[in-house]
Amino acid sequence: MVFNHKIINDKDAYGWGPVLLHWLVALAIFGLYALGLYMEDLDYYDDGYHTLPEWHKAVGILVALLLALRLVWRILNPPPELLSQPPWQAFIAKWAHRTLYLLLGLTLLSGYLMSTADGHPIAPFNWFSIPALPISIDKQEDIAGELHELFADLMIILSMIHALAAFKHHFFNKDATLKRIFALREKHNE
Amino acid sequence: MNKKLLTTIGLTSLLSVSTLHADDYLIDTKGSHASINFRISHLGTSWLTGRFNQFSGQFSYDPAKPEASSVKVDIDVTSIDSNHAERDKHLRGEKYLDVKDAPSASFTSTSYTPNEQGGGIMQGTLELNGVSKVIDIQVTKVGEGPDPWGGYRAGFAGTTELKLKDFDLNFKLGKASETVYLDLNIEGIKQ
Repeated sequence: MVFNHKIINDKDAYGWGPVLLHWLVALAIFGLYALGLYMEDLDYYDDGYHTLPEWHKAVGILVALLLALRLVWRILNPPPELLSQPPWQAFIAKWAHRTLYLLLGLTLLSGYLMSTADGHPIAPFNWFSIPALPISIDKQEDIAGELHELFADLMIILSMIHALAAFKHHFFNKDATLKRIFALREKHNE
Repeated sequence: MNKKLLTTIGLTSLLSVSTLHADDYLIDTKGSHASINFRISHLGTSWLTGRFNQFSGQFSYDPAKPEASSVKVDIDVTSIDSNHAERDKHLRGEKYLDVKDAPSASFTSTSYTPNEQGGGIMQGTLELNGVSKVIDIQVTKVGEGPDPWGGYRAGFAGTTELKLKDFDLNFKLGKASETVYLDLNIEGIKQ
């Protein structure tokens, strides 16, 4: 096993670019989830009452940018070929991955709609400003808030199943699934 | 005096008795000529204002017999609006007004003590957050008269203050923010 020195994917292995993006997003998602649960319980006089939600929103916007980059990358430079496995497993894996992308997108979208419900923009770390949509619905912040929590819960549950499935491939099937997402490969082709 | 004239006088006085009966007014929430506004101190440095956008009610008023006035208002607590979506979400949430548990509030008057200036003190029961408590509202009369569209209107302004604790509202907003002040504007259309 060697570390893939190529940034892009080929038919055998993930390049370190998509691998890095995968782990950045994974770290951010779990961090944001924990932060979200924590800051929800803060009281008015707690130190982090204003800063933590600002960080949560700012990192969320960065994750949205990373998600866009990952999806574009996927189209331009598809992932390596699937390792040999029964067709039903390949089918489930494909749809689990698609659902993870979808849940992440929906979590980000509902978070954005909650924060911008009254027309105020989101300004991540005051670098730039994401404006609100020109239209809104009654009690948008409440509805978007409920959905944000629901999508985030489902995403975290599915991502843990995703991780368990990777462990199953590693320890039971003894294949390269888990190693590939650490940008490890058998050998370089050239 | 003949009999006919006496009968006429009798009927006329009967009619005038019936017009002395207090008139019923519907609060003009449809045209938004009424508002329930609140303000609460923010850290002791400024006033945070907001309002309840949805409510309905009616009152009964007779200038000749103001002590017989009464009012009933139902408020949709979920319609709280402080011009800040995330704060409104918090205010509707469990730590504050918990609107899932107590979505509505109401005020039902029990007595009215008029003063010389056309205003008075409206006493009644406020039900808020599932707690009923008698409160006094200081009322001033703003005016009354025919409107340009064939109706007749009367309007009042009211103020009162509530200790949040009295209504089991234990917000952790600090010492300066334990009382909320209500500013009420009520315009009614005679029915």
